[in-house]
Amino acid sequence: MTTTTPPAGGVVPAADKAPKAAEQRRRPARRTSTPLTIAMLAVLAYFLLPLLWLLIASTKSTRDLINTFGLWFSDAPQLLTNIRLTFTQDDGVFAHWLLNTVLYAGVSAVGAAILAAAAGYGFAKFRFRGNGAAFNLVLGAVMVPATALAIPTYLLFAKVGLVNTPWAIILPSLVSPFGLYLMRVYAQDAVPDSILEAARMDGAGEFRIFSQIVLRLLAPGLVTVLLFTLVATWNNYFLPLIMLNDPDLYPVTVGLSSWAAQAQNGGAGASSDMLALVVTGSMISVIPLVVAFLMLQRYWQSGLATGGVKQ
Amino acid sequence: MAKHLARPRSAGPLFIAPFMALFLLLFLAPLGYAAYLSLFQEKLVGGTSFVGLDNYVTALKDPQLREGVIRVATFFVIQVPLMLLLALLFALALDSGLLRLSRVIRLGIFVPYAVPSVVATLMWGYLYGPDFGPFAQLSDKLSLPAPHFLTDSWMLGSLANIVTWEFVGYNMIILYAALRTIPQDLYEAAALDGAGAWRIAWSIKLPALRPALTLTLLFSVIGSFQLFNEPNLLLKIVPDVIDSSYTANLYAYTLAFTSQQINYAAAVSFLLGLLIVIISYAFLLTANRRRPA
Repeated sequence: MTTTTPPAGGVVPAADKAPKAAEQRRRPARRTSTPLTIAMLAVLAYFLLPLLWLLIASTKSTRDLINTFGLWFSDAPQLLTNIRLTFTQDDGVFAHWLLNTVLYAGVSAVGAAILAAAAGYGFAKFRFRGNGAAFNLVLGAVMVPATALAIPTYLLFAKVGLVNTPWAIILPSLVSPFGLYLMRVYAQDAVPDSILEAARMDGAGEFRIFSQIVLRLLAPGLVTVLLFTLVATWNNYFLPLIMLNDPDLYPVTVGLSSWAAQAQNGGAGASSDMLALVVTGSMISVIPLVVAFLMLQRYWQSGLATGGVKQ
Repeated sequence: MAKHLARPRSAGPLFIAPFMALFLLLFLAPLGYAAYLSLFQEKLVGGTSFVGLDNYVTALKDPQLREGVIRVATFFVIQVPLMLLLALLFALALDSGLLRLSRVIRLGIFVPYAVPSVVATLMWGYLYGPDFGPFAQLSDKLSLPAPHFLTDSWMLGSLANIVTWEFVGYNMIILYAALRTIPQDLYEAAALDGAGAWRIAWSIKLPALRPALTLTLLFSVIGSFQLFNEPNLLLKIVPDVIDSSYTANLYAYTLAFTSQQINYAAAVSFLLGLLIVIISYAFLLTANRRRPA
């Protein structure tokens, strides 16, 4: 029997320093295992090969896509031609789609992160009537399926004239129940009561305390919510599919799927080139999020650590 | 002193007000509206009339809905345990400190999460392709019969593969992040007591992962039963394999936007939502009961 008691889910050290300290302590202690490394590299191949295929495929013409081996380049690589064709097809509608996606996802992510941070802080650090009930109500909403919500939201938006406008995508994305949950858990640990007390003693107003002290302490959690809302909105397909019918308003996801449908249907005329455009467009649309994740990984990983451990 | 205490108490609701206002408008109002809609029926003659729970009775007897629900339930029972087990194994491997290139491996497995499901599905759809997909090309070169990923009997598995590819990394990161917060002294104490790597994984790491596992399981319940994007996109490639009621969610969408049966669609989505809530709560209750006090 071990004398240690397993932690029952309550262990949350300050999330930003724990992983670093652990990594430093662990590195010199143990040897590495070659078989395990090889096994995990095989696993890695499964996850990266499709993306490698996408990258290679985006250098091919539609004809080469069909006639040459998928995981190697053709004799006549034409990545730049494909990119040019992607951006000039249908009067440059692809650039519209990219900009729309950036707009919808950017505004939603920033808005959702700030709303969740303020509310999470409010729930974590203030006692008021209905605190628990309101929080549980929001948490329960995580389980409401997107369809149950999307269809009536569409009908309501149709009544007030929001359908087929950017707001139809942005507004619903501003409310992130999971973001609120994460921010509440995060605020509980990352914002010491003593700092709040001290600031209040110094006569700082609640809003000033929030904007100048609390937001900074919440930064890793904030980045996490921001990034995950960004992904959710960037990758959203269902909502824009329902809400938008003007191709100029489409985000990349709906746009690409409409091109894919054209490529599927048409063997003749202009659409015979669609396959290469779908592939190249897909490749282009993947890059920004991957870059965002790689650049911000230090923040979102520590932010997730808190949310995943506590309940 | 009394004044000093009163201020923060009154500020709390102000901080949550913007979020709650939008929540009421964009979550509760549509839900209420859907509940209201689901009680009506549009008749060819006489317009819309109140029918009480008729739509729900019809839905419970609807074979298309039943098939869709059974299909996503099958998908859930097979795909989710597999995905979470893989995520758990990967997280433990990364946390073991035995890996070279662990950072590269960790981020590489996570990367598919950042790929839009539309792109992932289109990509896998082409990879699966019977004519020019690399799998078909390889088996052609080796004179083997080409795998039929996009046929009726393979489709659920092919979908499961896409979803697994997309979400293993996300779940792995949540579990890995939870593992990193276990204090090192626990391992040292256990090692002193003679516990090996497996014993430590079983007796320390797994119990500590329970909340994180519950969280990933919860997301997976919601995700599986809402399955829409992947089948909806593959439907365009192989319409004879995937029909418009292939999953429950796809069926609700078709009812609302193709058949214009808004009221019935509302009832169907409500039932689906109810099912998800019931299953989620069942998992939450089991997880909470098992947790040591």
